[in-house]
Amino acid sequence: MNGRAQSLVAGLLSLLFLGVFLGIWHLATVPKKQAEAPVDEYSKLLGKGAKKSEGFPTLSQIGEAAFTQLKDPLYDRGANDKGIGIQLGWSLMRVGAGYALAILFAVPLGFLIGMSPVLYKALNPFIQLLKPISPLAWMPLALYTIKDSSISGIFVIFICSVWPMLINTAFGVASVRRDWLNVARTLEATPWRKAFEVILPAAAPTILTGMRISIGIAWLVIVAAEMLVGGTGIGYFVWNEWNNLNLTNVIFAILVIGVVGMVLDFLIGRLQAAVTYVE
Amino acid sequence: MMSFLQVQDLAKRYGGTTVFERVNFTMERGEFVCIIGHSGCGKTTILNILAGLDRATEGAVVMDNREVAGPSLERGVVFQGHALMPWLSAMNNIAFAVRSRWPDWNRIQVQTHCQKFIDLVGLTGAEHKKPAMLSGGMKQRVGIARAFAIQPKMLLLDEPFGALDALTRGTIQDELLRICEATNQTVFMITHDVDEAILLADRILLMSNGPGACLAEAVINPLAKPRDRHSIHHDAQYYGVRNHIVDFLVNRSKRYQSGELRSARSPSAKIVNLR
Ligand SMILES: Nc1ncnc2c1ncn2[C@@H]1O[C@H](COP(=O)(O)OP(=O)(O)OP(=O)(O)O)[C@@H](O)[C@H]1O
Ligand SMILES: [Mg+2]
Repeated sequence: MNGRAQSLVAGLLSLLFLGVFLGIWHLATVPKKQAEAPVDEYSKLLGKGAKKSEGFPTLSQIGEAAFTQLKDPLYDRGANDKGIGIQLGWSLMRVGAGYALAILFAVPLGFLIGMSPVLYKALNPFIQLLKPISPLAWMPLALYTIKDSSISGIFVIFICSVWPMLINTAFGVASVRRDWLNVARTLEATPWRKAFEVILPAAAPTILTGMRISIGIAWLVIVAAEMLVGGTGIGYFVWNEWNNLNLTNVIFAILVIGVVGMVLDFLIGRLQAAVTYVE
Repeated sequence: MMSFLQVQDLAKRYGGTTVFERVNFTMERGEFVCIIGHSGCGKTTILNILAGLDRATEGAVVMDNREVAGPSLERGVVFQGHALMPWLSAMNNIAFAVRSRWPDWNRIQVQTHCQKFIDLVGLTGAEHKKPAMLSGGMKQRVGIARAFAIQPKMLLLDEPFGALDALTRGTIQDELLRICEATNQTVFMITHDVDEAILLADRILLMSNGPGACLAEAVINPLAKPRDRHSIHHDAQYYGVRNHIVDFLVNRSKRYQSGELRSARSPSAKIVNLR
């Protein structure tokens, strides 16, 4: 099978899997004909009888929810009722800010660590100790010191993005081929040119690998962080809809989270492909 | 008058083990010197010391009346593994060197200069290819063009043709000879190929086996210039010098190591003139 036929078959298979999955979902959630139960006060109180909570949402309900949400993604009707677009915007803003800060911190520091074996050895125990800590464990400390939930979210994104970038940058810089450095030395290249024209492009694929791992983690963490601190963001949206017992919106939000995560990974992946070289 | 390059009593030791010692030789401007020796005897180490990339444990190198204290644009190096930067095109690899040599040149000047050297090594048309898209021979030629383009006072070549097939090797050897003759370039080159050394070098330095290697013999090439790859083996003196070198590599290099052939006090290589 050549490459094109292979991707064609793979594409068809993907569609088939999707069809099977949706079919099972449909069959499992199709509304059963049942005797109309009298709607008493108690079940009303529990939210039963309301249209949205008749068991697991059907496909058409999800479609409907998606349509209404996407039709007006930016509406804002008070603290607990904002469009998914606004919520996504908040989450992306926090991820963007925390991630950008992490780049500004981790890449230069990783550069220094990678250039100096002594610094590498000296800082390694700290990095190894801090790296496995769940970023959410920092949340109380962040809330206490920063006293602002939004900035605490940004801090948590920063702290979870920083380690993969730092470690990969240091590793990438430390393993730049000696030959290339020797070329720069024999040509008496200035330290500036050596850093930006030799070490940076040589280490760029490794640095981007770190950045790609980081964006994945950051997007995972932001949802949990926003559930925890509340207020705004896609994580808060999910939590809020769960409290409203609106599973349809929860499922829709899950889909949106998946798609956005995929797009973020794709974008960094493109960047990575652009700086990758064949030896 | 002092020689252009003077290598005085060079030694390299790692802890207790001596890689080589008592290495003395000189080179004149425009001279082409090849060094031959078994693997591990320290040829690359000597070349790196000449380049200023490595430091000798003892001794000194003086080029053009100045001691070599570090890498310099005055010495162009062609590395054993070509050492091209894979993210740069052939042209930009050379441009990197050119911009180092003439930092205030504008883009056009750099480009024109690079193109001249790309044409010189016969890579016209391939200037915008990345190293991964070039054959081994083409990569090596980019490496040579890069070293030539900065117009160094001296060229240091570490087995530049080691990885090439015989045909490509022949073509590039011819190019190298042509360029060196045209520019009166001083060249120090490491090789494992005896025929290559006889074709290119004015003088061939023979190193004994390591550890504890030394410069055993300095063979003056009896074949007159210009030497031609296709007719060189018809020269009456060709097999004399070839056999002398091969015999050194097979037999004498070991006996020098054991001290059988060179007295401990002898400071310099035995000069061999087969003319
Ligand atoms: N850091 C080091 N510590 C100890 N010994 C070393 C070190 N670096 C190199 N050597 C030794 O120095 C010797 C010379 O190495 P060098 O690379 O100069 O050899 P060479 O003559 O160029 O060999 P080849 O022909 O295989 O390229 C080798 O025997 C090697 O074991
Ligand atoms: Mg070597």
